[in-house]
Amino acid sequence: MNRPRPRSSADPSAGPDGSAILKEGGRRAERERAKRARSRRGQAVAFGSSLLILGGLAFLILTSSGWPEVRSQFFSVEVFRESFPGILSAFWLDVKMFLAIEAVVLVLGLLIAVVRSSVNPALFPIRILAALYCDIFRGIPVILLIYLFGFGIPTLELEGVPGDPLILGCTALALAYSAYVAEVYRAGIASVNQTQTDSALAVGMTRIQALRYVVLPQAIRRVRPPLLNDFISLQKDVALVAIVGVIEAFRQAQIDTARDFNFTPLIAAALLYLLVTIPMARLLDYISARDDVVRGAAR
Amino acid sequence: MSVIEIRDVTKAFGERQVLEGVDLSVAEHEAIALIGASGSGKSTLLRCIDLLEEIDDGDILLDGEVITDPSVDPVGVRRKLGFVFQAFNLFPHMTVLENVTIGAIKSGEMKKDEARDRARELLDRFGLAGREDDRPERLSGGQQQRVALVRAVAPGPRALLLDEVTSALDPELVGEVLEVVRELKDEGMTMVIATHEMSFAREVADTVAFLNGGRLVEMGPPGQVLDSPSLPETKRFLGRLHTAGLA
Ligand SMILES: Nc1ncnc2c1ncn2[C@@H]1O[C@H](COP(=O)(O)OP(=O)(O)OP(=O)(O)O)[C@@H](O)[C@H]1O
Ligand SMILES: [Mg+2]
Repeated sequence: MNRPRPRSSADPSAGPDGSAILKEGGRRAERERAKRARSRRGQAVAFGSSLLILGGLAFLILTSSGWPEVRSQFFSVEVFRESFPGILSAFWLDVKMFLAIEAVVLVLGLLIAVVRSSVNPALFPIRILAALYCDIFRGIPVILLIYLFGFGIPTLELEGVPGDPLILGCTALALAYSAYVAEVYRAGIASVNQTQTDSALAVGMTRIQALRYVVLPQAIRRVRPPLLNDFISLQKDVALVAIVGVIEAFRQAQIDTARDFNFTPLIAAALLYLLVTIPMARLLDYISARDDVVRGAAR
Repeated sequence: MSVIEIRDVTKAFGERQVLEGVDLSVAEHEAIALIGASGSGKSTLLRCIDLLEEIDDGDILLDGEVITDPSVDPVGVRRKLGFVFQAFNLFPHMTVLENVTIGAIKSGEMKKDEARDRARELLDRFGLAGREDDRPERLSGGQQQRVALVRAVAPGPRALLLDEVTSALDPELVGEVLEVVRELKDEGMTMVIATHEMSFAREVADTVAFLNGGRLVEMGPPGQVLDSPSLPETKRFLGRLHTAGLA
C-alpha cells in the first residue's frame, strides 16, 4: 500500500497511544538476542562434549597396551603405501562392475515391476513368471548365487554362454538385485492412485502412455530413496564376486594381506568402498530431505 | 440425433447391482443433471459412458455409433469425450500447461504448438492466465478444478461428463467453478452433470434425471422434477436435501 495512512486508534496492532508497536519491537529484539545466546550456548556445549568424548576415546585407544600392535597390524603407513596402488587399480573393476550391473538392474527391475503391476489378462502367464522370479532371486543368498553361476555354469559347457567367472558372477548379482529393485518399483507403482490412471485414460491416452507419462514418473520419484539404498548395497556387494576368483579390490587386498601377514591392505580397500558409499548416502539424505520439504509444502 | 444415447444399461460390481436398465439420451447442446443419493450410481454411469467401466448389458451410443462393443477402441471414444473428476485429478508432476496439452499431444491429435496455443487461450479465458508454468499444488482447489475443466474441453470434445466437480471444494470456491460450467453451457457444450447442487442443476440443466438405487426413475425439466416431483422417492430425496439445507 502506497497511500500514506495516518496511524489511527483503529489499528488493531497499536494500543490507544500506539505504544504497543514500540513494545513489540523491543520484545522482538530481546527475543532475537535470547535466541542467539541460546544457539551460541548450544554450539559451545556440542563442541565441548565432542571434544570430551572423542578425545577420551582417542586417549583410551592410543594409551591402551594393545595399541602399538593394532597400529602395526591395521594401520601401517608403510604397508599402506606399498599396497594401495594395486588395490586402487583393482577397485576400478569394482566401479565398472557396479556401473554395468546397476544399468541392467534399473531397466530389468522396472520391466519386471511393470509386468507384475499390469492388469492385462494376456500377460497373466508372464506375471506369474515374474512373481516366481522375484521370490526365487530374493530368497537365495547372493553369495550362493554367485558361486553357483561362477563355478556351476562353466561346467555345463553350454554353446554361446560365456565361461568367464567375472561375467557370470556379475550376471548373478544383476539377477538378484533386479528382483530387489523390481519390488521397490512395484511398491512405487502401487502407491500412485488409480484415479491418476483414470485421468490419463480420460484425456485420451492409451494404457501404455498412461503408464509411461503419468504413473511411472510419479512412482519413480517416490521410490528414489529406497532405490539409492539398494545402490549403496550393490556398491559393496560387487566384492562378493571375489569368491569365484575375480581379482577386484577386496581380493587384491586379501592377497596382499596374506603375503605380508598385515591387515592394512584390507583397511585400504575398506576406505575405497567408503569413498563411494558415503557420498551416495549423503545424496540419499539430501534427496529424502528435499522430498519431505516438497511434500510438506504441498500439504 | 442424440449425441449420447444410453439403452437399457446394466452394471454390477460383483453381487452389487449398481445400474439397472438405465435409458437416457442426451441431445446436442443439452445439459442433463444427474441427481440421486450417494451410492445411487451417478459416478458409475458417467464412468461407463467414458468406458472407464465395462457395462454388463445394454448399449451406449456416441453420435449414433455403439461404443460399448468389445471391438470398439476405447481410446478413440475417450478422445471424443471430456471427463472431469470430483477430486481434480490433475497430474501433480506436470505444469498446468502440460496437464492441459498432454492428452491432445500424445494422441497425435494436435501438434505441440497448436495444443499450447489453444490451451493458453482457454486458460486465459477462465482466469488462469499466468499460471501456465505452475505445478497444480501451487493452485487453490477452485483453480485446480478450473484447470481440470480446461483440460477436458481443450481437445474439443463432443460432450462433457462432469462428476460432482464442486463437492471437494471449500464453499467459497464453488462459485468460480460453476461459472466455468455455466459459460461452457452457454457456448452450447453438450453435458452430463452429476451434482448435489440443486440450485445449480435448476439453473444450468435442461433436464434433470433422478437416479434411485441404479434406476433412472424420474426425468424432466428442472422445474418439474425439482418442484413438483411425481414419485414419492424423488420427493423423499429432495425433502432430505431440504432438511440438510442443500437445496
Ligand atoms: N469399483 C467398484 N467396485 C465395487 N463397488 C463399486 C465400485 N465403484 C462403485 N461401487 C459401488 O457402486 C455403487 C454406486 O457408486 P457410485 O459411485 O456410482 O455412486 P454415486 O451416485 O456416484 O455416489 P456419490 O454421490 O457418493 O458419488 C456404490 O454402492 C458403490 O459402493
Ligand atoms: Mg459419485
